[in-house]
Amino acid sequence: MSAPTREPLTGTLIFERGAPESRCVESPALDVPDVSLSEVLSGRQRTEPPVLPHVTEVEIARHYERLASANFGVDSGFYPLGSCTMKYNPKIDEWACRLPGFAGLHPYQPPETVQGALEVMWELQELLAEIAGLPAVTLQPAAGAHGELTGLLAIRAYHTANGDPRARVLVPDSAHGTNPATVAMCGYEIVQVPSDERGGVDVAVLNTLLDTDVAAIMLTNPNTLGLFDENILEITAAVHAVGALAYCDGANLNAILGKSRPGDMGFDALHINLHKTFATPHGGGGPGSGPVAVSGALAPYLPGPLVARAADGAFSLVTPERSIGRVRSFVGNFGVLVRAYAYIRALGGSGLTEVAEQAVLSANYLKELLRDVWPLPYDRVCKHEFVLSGGRMRKQTGVRTLDVAKRLLDYGIHPPTIYFPLIVDEALMIEPTETESKETLDRFAGVLRTIAAEAAEDPGLLQGAPYSTPVRRLDEAAAVKRPDLAWVPPKGGPG
Amino acid sequence: MYPKDLKYDREHEWVRLEGGIAVMGISHFAQDQLGEVVYVDLPTAGVVLSAGDSFGEIESVKSVSELFSPVSGEIVEVNDALSDTPETVNEDPYGDGWMIKVSLSDPSQVDALMDADGYEAFLAEAE
Amino acid sequence: MRFIPVTCEEQAEMLRVVGADTVDDLFVDVPAAARLGRPLALPDPLGEVELAAHLEDLASADSHAGSVVSLLGGGCYDHYVPAIVDAVISKPAFFTAYTPYQPEVSQGTLQAVYEYQSMICALTGMDVANASMYDGATAFAEAALMAARVMRRHRVVVSAAVHPEWRETLATYVGAGVLDIVMCPMRDGVTDAAALRGLVDDRTAAVLAASPTFYGALDDLETLAGIAHDAGALLVAGTNPILLGVLEPPAAYGADIVVGEGQPLGNPQSFGGPGLGIFACRQEHLRQMPGRVAGRTTDVDGRTGFVLTFSTREQHIRREKATSNICSNHALNALAAGVYLSAVGREGLAGIGRACVAKAHYLESRLVETGRFERVFSAPFAHEFTLRYTGDVAAMQARLLERGFFAGLDLGRFRAEDAGCVLFAVTEKRTRAQLDRFVAEVDAL
Repeated sequence: MSAPTREPLTGTLIFERGAPESRCVESPALDVPDVSLSEVLSGRQRTEPPVLPHVTEVEIARHYERLASANFGVDSGFYPLGSCTMKYNPKIDEWACRLPGFAGLHPYQPPETVQGALEVMWELQELLAEIAGLPAVTLQPAAGAHGELTGLLAIRAYHTANGDPRARVLVPDSAHGTNPATVAMCGYEIVQVPSDERGGVDVAVLNTLLDTDVAAIMLTNPNTLGLFDENILEITAAVHAVGALAYCDGANLNAILGKSRPGDMGFDALHINLHKTFATPHGGGGPGSGPVAVSGALAPYLPGPLVARAADGAFSLVTPERSIGRVRSFVGNFGVLVRAYAYIRALGGSGLTEVAEQAVLSANYLKELLRDVWPLPYDRVCKHEFVLSGGRMRKQTGVRTLDVAKRLLDYGIHPPTIYFPLIVDEALMIEPTETESKETLDRFAGVLRTIAAEAAEDPGLLQGAPYSTPVRRLDEAAAVKRPDLAWVPPKGGPG
Repeated sequence: MYPKDLKYDREHEWVRLEGGIAVMGISHFAQDQLGEVVYVDLPTAGVVLSAGDSFGEIESVKSVSELFSPVSGEIVEVNDALSDTPETVNEDPYGDGWMIKVSLSDPSQVDALMDADGYEAFLAEAE
Repeated sequence: MRFIPVTCEEQAEMLRVVGADTVDDLFVDVPAAARLGRPLALPDPLGEVELAAHLEDLASADSHAGSVVSLLGGGCYDHYVPAIVDAVISKPAFFTAYTPYQPEVSQGTLQAVYEYQSMICALTGMDVANASMYDGATAFAEAALMAARVMRRHRVVVSAAVHPEWRETLATYVGAGVLDIVMCPMRDGVTDAAALRGLVDDRTAAVLAASPTFYGALDDLETLAGIAHDAGALLVAGTNPILLGVLEPPAAYGADIVVGEGQPLGNPQSFGGPGLGIFACRQEHLRQMPGRVAGRTTDVDGRTGFVLTFSTREQHIRREKATSNICSNHALNALAAGVYLSAVGREGLAGIGRACVAKAHYLESRLVETGRFERVFSAPFAHEFTLRYTGDVAAMQARLLERGFFAGLDLGRFRAEDAGCVLFAVTEKRTRAQLDRFVAEVDAL
């Protein structure tokens, strides 16, 4: 008897399921006189219908349940993806954003009909301002990179208004790729600042790079090595001394909630990733939300609309006087804002501070458990994450960090961020977040030790991993050389 | 791995002199570092290069590198076959994996490049 | 703590392992002057029961599509969302996943993205679509930047008939002087083609237009494409995807890049966000396309699988030379669109489109018959149309809100010349009874 087989979870497309007569949702019956499309659309009616699936509801339900089974989310298990803050996403936030009084709002409704939504937004602006230590907040940006664009354009507008347009923006070599990409979109020349041996900005080099043609520095603090820059006050002071401004990439805000505020460090602008620090889900890549908090000097340049509260308590949308203009349609990723608001109100100030404390304690704990397995290139107290180097393992065994990551999948653990930051050889960037139990952290450390032992004994085992996932290593080179980016119906088939 | 009849530069390009024409590609070391090459973006013949100019890009799945010409001159021929089979750069970096041919405006620039021994010493030092 | 599973005892043990007496010892690297040194001045924590009540209070202060009959459009629409859509996007394995950087455990997301891309290609007629942008406006701005890269030209001509928020977003994106924008006037609710011909030249990277336009009118994309192509420029065409069951796809008219707001495809209005930025282009321009894209390939055992591909275009690899700075996109909204399009299917999408068009034309005629509204444009329209009100728009809208209607969008708030004009959108959700009641209320004004 042959072994029973299961249909693979993935691979069969929704287009390949169902039959031409299959239907899920029927169109509503037409209760007004029908029209001749060719007549009312002046001949612009579609002649060939788009090739969409033909499926029943049960087939859709099963199809996506299979796909979901082939996915890994925070609810599936440990997800220590450095720089991404994969914390638990509370379910009440999902419930809240679906309330009809939020999900059913049109952005152009009269303001008096959306006072509840505007109150959520106004409150969130206030909450984020206090957390950031900066007085003005726009909720408009859709994501972190979008926030960077907003912040840097505001900085540009500020310099231009002062009659002092500047040419360059400084970015450390440890920066997220979005930082240099944003600098380029804003028409600035980018100058890379090296890191020093403690993993912070090399202040001596920074001082040689600062002059009155520098518009801004973009820093992440804590930085992408998970380290708080001990010289941050000196750095922002030196930046200000030449008339430049300091932008903070807030990707790592989770580490310092209630402990230290970017505004108090001397930053003039900060974007906040609600989908990291404030527990809104990543959705398999988005939507996120990237509010920007700025100093009083930059506030007039924020994109409109912002939410204002009048003396009588009524909320309205206003556009700042010298606004750079909107950076998207409507008011922001409101559904994400509701989730973040609910999260902040659930925790309050004390809860958010505990979040930072536990996130930092868990990272330092894990760092201690792993420091003898992989070298720690920057050995000092870390914040919410830390970076190990797989360089020695690669030299000794030929096993790369990529192989370690793939082997972790066989143990049911999502790998850390790998090969970032670029300044660490064979980097493993580990961010446990505060929402993981000690048991989970201990198991993770144990699994990594086992994997290190496997690497020493049988490198091929790791180089062939994973073995137990829905698919194994994929041919990414073929994906580029023979692009297949959209399904097309087979010729002569039912289509 | 590093043929003796070629010259090399610090950006890991190689140059072979064929009369007044310099044939160019990337070294074994460079292709090994990149991993499987999936795309090579090359200019068209007729483009005039100065030494140090970027003349294209080479990509693996997760990296992209600029290609720099160590010599000056006009591009007289481009290896168009690489657009269909970029992996030739991995398989035969010094043969079918060549990239451009340049009519040299200053042949002495070739003399200034490293020979195979010099390049291997340069790689050992970088390591 | 509700979301922190570590016990006090375990914290003490962890501190011991770390070699710290207190958690504050782990913040010694923060200079004293940068420490907050006081509790955050935020409200106290709320338990889940109190939090739920608070949120319900806030939400119930709003009027919404379930309590008021909406005739509002202008980029965000009250379409029916099949129940299966929320059931799928509520699966934690979808919504709590990160970007699918580890494809072996992200096949669900990746296959769903590939299917979404396939559906967008089917709708628009284009060769490739990306995995999503933030919204229609940012997709529009990114299309202008892409056209400039493709053409190596630095000027775009933008139709004044395009949604003002799309145009403003574009202006902000290129505010640093990276592109010059030339505005092309509109005529009869669409792009003034004669004027366009005089504005496009060999410095133009692209003509940017949309059909339907902001005013609901169908633009003549074929003519616009011809004008653009004669100058060697591209045509960027905005579209509304829910109409592409009944409208000829932009590719049929020669569009080179197609963008759109995908909210109508299975996403709630949600006060305008998150939306879904649709972005599709020709295969030959793939390497200049912004955003993520999923591709189909095979694994080491020969099984079909999916990966993020052509990543060398993106910021995490190409950094300052990337095609865009976009990282997070709107993947969950794209998933919703994929489920939506599967649920309605090809006949369903055409049926929805036909219902929207028929109901919109019904309402338009009835409103004109009341004598209180006048036609402004003669261009054809689909499910959205502009009429001029003969009286005071604000007073009319306030009165009709009392009667339970969001009576269209006052266009005077966007452009002074459009004062008195109102944009109405009619979706398949509107019933004849609602429309008749609305007309009766207008009659009674």
